[in-house]
Amino acid sequence: MEEQADIQQIKPPTNAKGPVGWLRENLFNTWYNALLTCVALLFLYFTFKGILTWAFTEAEWNVIPANLQLFAIGPYPRDQVFRIWICLYILTGLLGLSAGIWRGIVQRWTIVVGSIFLVFLVIPFEIVPRQDSNYVSIEFRFNLIWLIFESRRWLLGNIAILIVTFFLGNRISRLRPWILGGWILSFPIIMFVLHGFGENAVHTSLWGGLMLTLILAVVGIAVSFPLGVFLALCRQSKLPAIKWVSIFYIETVRGVPLITILFMGNTLITIFIPYFTIDQVLKMMVAITLFSAAYMAENVRGGLQSIPRGQHEAAQAVGLNYVQSMLFVVLPQALRAVIPAIVGQFIALFKDTSLVSIIGLIDLLGVAKSILAEWLGRHVEVYLFIALIYFIFCFAMSKVSQEIEAELGVGKR
Amino acid sequence: MTENENTSNDPIIICEDVHKWFDDFHVLKGITTTFKKGEKAVICGPSGSGKSTFIRTINRLEEHQRGTIIVDGIELTNDLRNINLIRQEVGMVFQQFNLFPHLSNLKNITLGPIRVRKLSKRKAEEEALALLERMGIADQAYKYPSEISGGQQQRVAIARALAMEPKIMLFDEPTSALDPEMISEVLDVMRELAHSGMTMLVVTHEMGFAREVADRVMFFDEGVVVEEAVPADFFDNPQHERTKLFISQTLQH
Repeated sequence: MEEQADIQQIKPPTNAKGPVGWLRENLFNTWYNALLTCVALLFLYFTFKGILTWAFTEAEWNVIPANLQLFAIGPYPRDQVFRIWICLYILTGLLGLSAGIWRGIVQRWTIVVGSIFLVFLVIPFEIVPRQDSNYVSIEFRFNLIWLIFESRRWLLGNIAILIVTFFLGNRISRLRPWILGGWILSFPIIMFVLHGFGENAVHTSLWGGLMLTLILAVVGIAVSFPLGVFLALCRQSKLPAIKWVSIFYIETVRGVPLITILFMGNTLITIFIPYFTIDQVLKMMVAITLFSAAYMAENVRGGLQSIPRGQHEAAQAVGLNYVQSMLFVVLPQALRAVIPAIVGQFIALFKDTSLVSIIGLIDLLGVAKSILAEWLGRHVEVYLFIALIYFIFCFAMSKVSQEIEAELGVGKR
Repeated sequence: MTENENTSNDPIIICEDVHKWFDDFHVLKGITTTFKKGEKAVICGPSGSGKSTFIRTINRLEEHQRGTIIVDGIELTNDLRNINLIRQEVGMVFQQFNLFPHLSNLKNITLGPIRVRKLSKRKAEEEALALLERMGIADQAYKYPSEISGGQQQRVAIARALAMEPKIMLFDEPTSALDPEMISEVLDVMRELAHSGMTMLVVTHEMGFAREVADRVMFFDEGVVVEEAVPADFFDNPQHERTKLFISQTLQH
């Protein structure tokens, strides 16, 4: 007994040496490592010195705040901006409800979104037209203040909605079955509100900026995912017709660059079907979705093949039919196994939406180009800024996927 | 020796001249046999003899290519409705357990009852908990399959099959993947099930279990039933050379 107690009391050897000890051991343990460390430090010093000097002395960052609204919504008519706010309200409301109902990941990220709203309350993001002279009329100043307060008011309303819906969702759990339908339904509603009707209609050619990028990406992701799952299942079908059509589709699309598909979507369809015009943004949505679905299908197929045959057999033996065994047994495991690949595909899709600027849509990249036409010589500032925006969204997606993996216990079960 | 009190004379599985090929390999070469309601049949034989394939044809996990199989009055054909009907009447337990790793033990059991038998969630969970109780692992209900031992997993798998209230249970080497000290806990459960009157077809190498529980032992070799007899005759007085060799080899260790 005593011996056992002794064994339990032995602690693992401590290897805390403090920062100096760590430096000594890892960076300066031999003369050549010390030399390498010094060279690397010098290299870092000069690189960062160059970048920081540029960023704080040469760079003229005023191009960014002056055009924030352009970056956000492109050439969308300023007197119709309230519609975008309405759409944002709808999404915020749904987000608040979801966060109230589900907690966990949804709640954490809702808090992130909420704090971004709060940040926008304090930073200036209105149009500040460049004044060539130092004189600014009182009238202009008044308008400016009015404008600033207008956007702030909308934003305050937005934050209020987030808080109210959060508590609603928290209290009324009966809303749960409706929330998914709400998200699905929100898409056509938002499209309708953004477009409007009658003489105030905003044609999609005026949609732009980050808003357009997000619309294209969200539609692409939301539609190509189920489509990809469907194609992957078709590819594994025992019926040859379905199988070969699916293989033909996947391999054809994967063999063609996205730009080619975008061009084809834009021009060829018009040539083939000259009788009526299809909206350009819609064409791009379809093209991006169909392109992404082919890759999604291959990712999902990888997951499906990783599921052992015994799982299918057990599902059958329990009496589940094909749809049920896929839905409840195979797909949950298959998709979980390929979350990293799927999110990688989502991120690629998000960045690929920038290619629509080539056929003349004014997405985030398109906005950057048009701003540069006016603000000569500010390439680095503008491109760095949109790179930052792309990075923030992609990084968020990859963070969310890591959290989902952790929550589902990928690799553990 | 044998327990006949549960066995009636009504046939529940009728196999006639069942053939099966894997590509060119002739796995089952004309199996003709009948299993009665409540009968416990142990099927043994060397690996590759077709014994697993045979019981897998009974719930159509393998398709037979010639002959007829009739389970509880329903003939197994390509008709999906018949296959689904039969699968509801036939429970199966696999060598590798094949539990669904993404579902808790309880949900592994309730999935079939909720989706196929259309029970309410509450009713299905009540039944599942009762089954786990019967298996002696009620405290493992809310764990995941990866969190429990092999013997416990196999008992969850048995409970999952029983939850569909089958008339027939197929066991495909249920103890072969288990560590030695866990074999008995699974065999105990199977023994209890046998006493309850379930029709059971068991592929196993557990000769002690066969001797104790079976009404009939069938010996498969190279796709045919070489010998079948009540356990006492089978073990103590085998007729065929092949059977004698097999019994001496399996009982040696």
